Amino acid sequence: METSTITTTTNPIDSKVQKKSKFKFFFRKLSKSWTGMLGFGIIIILIVLSLFGQWIAPFDPMDAPLRDRLLPPLTDGHILGTDQLGRDILSRLIAGTKVSMIIGLATALLAGVVGTIIGVTAGYFRGWVDVVLMRIVDVQLSFPFILLVLVVSAVLGAGLTNIIISLAVGGWVIFARVIRSEVLAIREKEFITAAIATGVPKLEILVRHILPNIFTPIIILVSLQMGTYIIAEASVSFLGFGVQPPTPAWGNMLNEGKDYIFGSWWLITFPGLAIVLTTLGVNLFGDWLRDTLDPELKGE
Amino acid sequence: MLDFIVKRVVQVVIVVFLALTVVFFLIRLSGDPTTLFLPPDAPKEQIEEYRELLGFNRPLYVQYAEFMKGAVHGDFGESLRSGEDALGLVMARMPATFQLAISALALSLIIAIPLGVLSAYKRNTLFDKASVGITVIGQAIPNFWFGLILIFIFAAQLKLFPSSGGGSVKHMVLPVITLALYSVSRFVRFTRSAMLDVLSKDYIRTTKAAGTPTSTLIMKYALKNSLIPIITLIALDLGVLLGGAVITEAVFSWPGVGRLLQQSLMNRDFPIVLAGVFIIAIIYAVINFITDILYAYVNPQIRVK
Repeated sequence: METSTITTTTNPIDSKVQKKSKFKFFFRKLSKSWTGMLGFGIIIILIVLSLFGQWIAPFDPMDAPLRDRLLPPLTDGHILGTDQLGRDILSRLIAGTKVSMIIGLATALLAGVVGTIIGVTAGYFRGWVDVVLMRIVDVQLSFPFILLVLVVSAVLGAGLTNIIISLAVGGWVIFARVIRSEVLAIREKEFITAAIATGVPKLEILVRHILPNIFTPIIILVSLQMGTYIIAEASVSFLGFGVQPPTPAWGNMLNEGKDYIFGSWWLITFPGLAIVLTTLGVNLFGDWLRDTLDPELKGE
Repeated sequence: MLDFIVKRVVQVVIVVFLALTVVFFLIRLSGDPTTLFLPPDAPKEQIEEYRELLGFNRPLYVQYAEFMKGAVHGDFGESLRSGEDALGLVMARMPATFQLAISALALSLIIAIPLGVLSAYKRNTLFDKASVGITVIGQAIPNFWFGLILIFIFAAQLKLFPSSGGGSVKHMVLPVITLALYSVSRFVRFTRSAMLDVLSKDYIRTTKAAGTPTSTLIMKYALKNSLIPIITLIALDLGVLLGGAVITEAVFSWPGVGRLLQQSLMNRDFPIVLAGVFIIAIIYAVINFITDILYAYVNPQIRVK
């Protein structure tokens, strides 16, 4: 009786301590790399802007008083100026953060889940399933990513969901390929052989022993691919597909701004800088994560 | 070797076939293009007449079979807009795209290889750190935006180069720099790490100890051996360049395949899209094929295998 009360009270404390030290471990590691810190800092800012942007933004991003059109930066409270319809650029940038973050994350998630399922299937079951799936991957890799995304998004039509689907259609192959080779390697480990020998069902081996071990590469890939997706979305929206005006996205802001390039530099400068900073932050953090979690991949 | 070539040719055919099939069905799924050519209030008979004329009223599999039959003979139909031969239109734009892609590739190699080599040789110096830092930033810059900034500075402000169009060397300068940007970053990073790999080898240390001058050491012994990964990357990048060319061409209104493809996607001019996909898939596959052969040529170990 006494022992049981002791165990029940110590358990939650134990896990709490463990959680706290994991957190501490993360920050101690992070504080040693200034590029990782920088990336992490940028990501935190981006998250805050996407969650609370509507209260931070000085103006309504959709409000278009035409008499205020094309105001240069630092006039009438418009820190970054206004666009061709008189909308505040800073407020539109902030609203665009949300769009970019949603697209980057949702695509990474969708491509990650689909790619992981296919990669695990190919790596775990091998045989003809593997051959067929990897042939499909090869075929897709023999076509330029951005062109594929462009064609698919042009065909599916405009909209947030469609651009996410198009990007995921182009992006799942990387996940499938990397995860497959991870699974192939893990399958050969002794603890899997032991599990098979003791009669653990296939599905349980997959869920309990293989999936937890490919979690790290998945996280690394997600963080490294997000930058690619954000730039690809901006490119596609810039070409007039993808996210359509008046929804503020960085790519379509640049598309609209390019017609005023000879007179109003601020229309094309700031959305581009936003893309660069975001991609930089995500990439730096991704690089750090890879170097920390999987030192073997370093420099690849 | 013959076995290898045959295998690869079969693979190319499969890739092109699948790419065309997928794009064909994707396009047909997205709806009937006839409605785009007629006013929204067009009478039903007129729509039917148009569908009949363009062949969109037949069952999908018949259309697909027809299309494939034509494609095998290089016939992708006529442009829905201008009525010209679709493949001919794409081919006519090919030289401009190649001009852009190859110049960009050459420019990025001229900049990146010396930079990467020097960076590796002067590892962990300020120079190395600066060049690595620049490549990290370079990779975060979308190339279409870089193009816009170049237009703003060199066309709008300094008026040194035209902002759009093609036809002269002056027209090429800004698009080529734009397109080269992304590759430069990747090439520098890659050359650097390939060189670092080689420089840490024993034979380099021995050569160095024997008193070989640095220039010979780098040019003759180190660089030659780091060429294998670099060649692969160049080939891989040609594909990226072709993709990037689509966007760069749109920014500068460069009269190449990319711009044609973008406009055709906008106008739903599908015969041109399919012809474009066909050509790009072939080029991409051929590039990969050549890379493999080059690879075997530079690295005898692979040849034996």
